[in-house]
Amino acid sequence: MVVFGQFLEVLIGGLLAGVLYSLVALGFVLIFKASGVFNFAQGAMVLLAGLALVRSLDFMVARGIPTWAAIVLGLLFAAVVMAITAAIIQRFVLGPLVNQDGLSLFMATIGITFVIEGAGQMIFGSDVYPLSLFPTDAWFILDGIFEGGLLVSKIDVWGGVIAGALVAVLAIFFQRTKTGRALRAVADDHAAAESVGIPITWIWFVVWLVAGLVALTAATVWGTKLGVQFSIVFLALKALPVLIIGGFTSVPGAIVGGLIVGAGEKIAEVYLGQHIGGGIEYWFAYVLALAVLLVRPQGLFGERIIERI
Amino acid sequence: MKADVQERPETASAGHVVADRVIGDVVLAVDNVSLAFGGVKAITDVSFDIRKGEIRAIIGPNGAGKTSMLNVINGFYHPNQGTITFKGKKRSQMRPYIAASQGISRTFQNLALFKGMSTLDNIMAGRALKMRRGLLWQALHWGPALAEEIRHREAVEKIIDFLEIQHIRKAPVGKLPYGLQKRVELGRALAMEPELLLLDEPMAGMNLEEKKDMSRYILTVNDQFGTTVALIEHDMGVVMDISDRVVVLEYGRKIADGTPDEVQRDQRVIDAYLGISH
Repeated sequence: MVVFGQFLEVLIGGLLAGVLYSLVALGFVLIFKASGVFNFAQGAMVLLAGLALVRSLDFMVARGIPTWAAIVLGLLFAAVVMAITAAIIQRFVLGPLVNQDGLSLFMATIGITFVIEGAGQMIFGSDVYPLSLFPTDAWFILDGIFEGGLLVSKIDVWGGVIAGALVAVLAIFFQRTKTGRALRAVADDHAAAESVGIPITWIWFVVWLVAGLVALTAATVWGTKLGVQFSIVFLALKALPVLIIGGFTSVPGAIVGGLIVGAGEKIAEVYLGQHIGGGIEYWFAYVLALAVLLVRPQGLFGERIIERI
Repeated sequence: MKADVQERPETASAGHVVADRVIGDVVLAVDNVSLAFGGVKAITDVSFDIRKGEIRAIIGPNGAGKTSMLNVINGFYHPNQGTITFKGKKRSQMRPYIAASQGISRTFQNLALFKGMSTLDNIMAGRALKMRRGLLWQALHWGPALAEEIRHREAVEKIIDFLEIQHIRKAPVGKLPYGLQKRVELGRALAMEPELLLLDEPMAGMNLEEKKDMSRYILTVNDQFGTTVALIEHDMGVVMDISDRVVVLEYGRKIADGTPDEVQRDQRVIDAYLGISH
């Protein structure tokens, strides 16, 4: 029972940590689905959103504004910052690149990454800023069954709830609304989308705005867990194996991919680590992704690439 | 060429027989349009017009500037000189989605479909401009938004019936054979209920059977809905059969303009297509 209890605890911890990867991966999937662009800047956008939020919070709290009001205003401020960023990116980077190849757009997002990182830290500062929107302590559950209970971190549970809500909203947005259909249309073919009267520049603004808001959501959870700091940018790298496993075009894929990566790396660390040495956590996800690439290149939930030749 | 004329679609000539088919005023006028890409002149000082209710063909050898002309009309390209007048409004520049909202829809030479989406969704995308309900209503999928969705769905189903593509309604279009993809693309353009329909080589790469079908669709759309059609096509048999007037381009210049008979007899057109002995 103790062995099983330990396994369960590792599994739950892993799954919940995985949800946090999913949060970042969702931002990637969204832009990829909607514009066919792999957005390298998603990690930088999480950093920017986090910085805008935490700095405005600190600013307001220091001036005696009640915490709840500061949180609401802080989130609003950060959302506005993301909207402005989306508008600037659309106007000056993507606008001139309409009808260009996906690879050119990808290269542009690498440039965007560095600009956002630099500008964000220049404006808001580059220290580690602690953020405490969610409780960071833990629950002990199933006390009666397992000795000492199972440790479940509250912040991870919050992350799970938020990710679930986000997926529901995004799924409805993509599948049910005219804008969602327009987004998918733009991703498939710029020229065709324009010819049926879809204003591509507006759609791109919407996409980047939504990705910015997803980044903000991820930032609230990650910022609470790690503090808002530059290394959040590297989260983006952890989202890569998640995307490869789940599929670049699938919202559920991002969630399942995140869960697999999270649970997989924790279990591997605890159970394999004893035998082949620790530190597995850092590379396990990439090996898993490689294996998926060999068997199912489009990922578990990705759209099969159809090409008639 | 002769063979093509003999094998012309038998429905084709029907278009000219219909008595109440009315050719109206000029709906689109192209005036002195020139377009250059750097040093390459794609179109040089071309003027012509399209009248309401007619089928207007744009022909010419490869590289004559036909597709560029279409791109200028629907706003993908901005001409260096000259103006386009559509429904009395003169303009020199246009955004494609604004052209679409004013009633110009088009198909593409090399197919521009939303490959990952189903036939139904592709054609529904053509209704994008006609849907008015807000995001929230649509997300709830309830009330007015649902009624609106159903109304548009009905219109789309009519188009699907008309083009005889019921069996591929749910299929991702990327998987369909070329001829069917062309048909879906026409369906999407029709879903916009355009006043002016631009078709860029609607019959390219089709077999005889498919060409007959496509000619029939174009003529029916023109006859029954009064849609003005401008098309680019290389199959002379089809062009001469279904179009009311033909404009001929060569090296970006207009070399002839008139009824199919006039154009066919024009020495410059014959030279352009057959070459001149030097």
